[in-house]
Amino acid sequence: MEVAREHIYSDADLDRVEGNQIEALKAHSQQPFPDPDEWLDEKLERNILLITVDAALNWARRSSLWPAICFPACCAFELIAANASRFDLSRFGMEILRASPRQADLMITAGTLTWKMAPQVRRIYDQMAEPKWVIAMGACAISGGIFTSSYSVVPGYNRIIPIDVYVPGCPPRPEALIYGIRMLHSKIARRSLGTEAK
Amino acid sequence: MTVALSGKEIATKIEERFPGSVVKSSPDSLVVKSEFLLDVATFLKTTPDLDFDYLTAITAIDYYDRFEVVYQLTSIKHNHSLMVKTHCYGRDNLSLPSVVGLWRGADFQEREIYDLMGISFDGHPNMKRIVLWEGFEGHPLRKDYGT
Repeated sequence: MEVAREHIYSDADLDRVEGNQIEALKAHSQQPFPDPDEWLDEKLERNILLITVDAALNWARRSSLWPAICFPACCAFELIAANASRFDLSRFGMEILRASPRQADLMITAGTLTWKMAPQVRRIYDQMAEPKWVIAMGACAISGGIFTSSYSVVPGYNRIIPIDVYVPGCPPRPEALIYGIRMLHSKIARRSLGTEAK
Repeated sequence: MTVALSGKEIATKIEERFPGSVVKSSPDSLVVKSEFLLDVATFLKTTPDLDFDYLTAITAIDYYDRFEVVYQLTSIKHNHSLMVKTHCYGRDNLSLPSVVGLWRGADFQEREIYDLMGISFDGHPNMKRIVLWEGFEGHPLRKDYGT
């Protein structure tokens, strides 16, 4: 059976149709859409807030945490799940993970840490800009977990870096991690410029 | 599927070429004396019909009175495989000839065995620890580690 190898429309026909569409859109688009801006003048007073500097700053900081990428082991997958669409960490303003610690202010220590890897984790923490926070995620991050007596495992990240919130589990479910992040939010909310104590 | 060659049959061929080199052999594997290891490995790699061009893995086992180092060889050309073992007696200053010159894949695995079992490989281009750090005391996969 003979198979038609040519297109139904020739290239010239397709170009002509496309040209007509562009000409029609251009003919209907000679004036811009109106941008009414009266609402700016009318409602300016409703856009003024009175608030303490502490409250505004803490709100800004906790609403936009940027985690550094530092996931040495398997807890990372729960963190990835928490980040993805089902658990949707972006609800809390923190879906973007930074490969550069200089752009991050939160470290989520998802996984077993060996002594050989420990200097790198310390370096990532040192490179993060102040103010910065650390969530110890999972049994290994808290205490070394089942590997705590091993010759090569750090028995808890708090030997290396200061921890703000501990999230237990092996691994913690994404809900548990999100609960820990919410606890960190409330911890940040209690900061004060006067003392700058964590 | 890959055919596992009989250790006994290959042992006969090796004995013809290097008399006294095979300690024992079985249908699964054969054990060669460590001083013949490099000769036997070269023989297995370069002999036509054997052509063991690929080193699948090296591992080591601590039996207290000896260490057994196991070489799992494969010929991609003929799709057959063989398990060659050698023994290493004592606990200190152990060494075996390196097979990195024959199979580059041995590089990291020999370093791992050195790191965790404490067997040094002569002729290795970079014989140092790989997963633990310089200055670590002991070799943790030895049975008597930490006792």
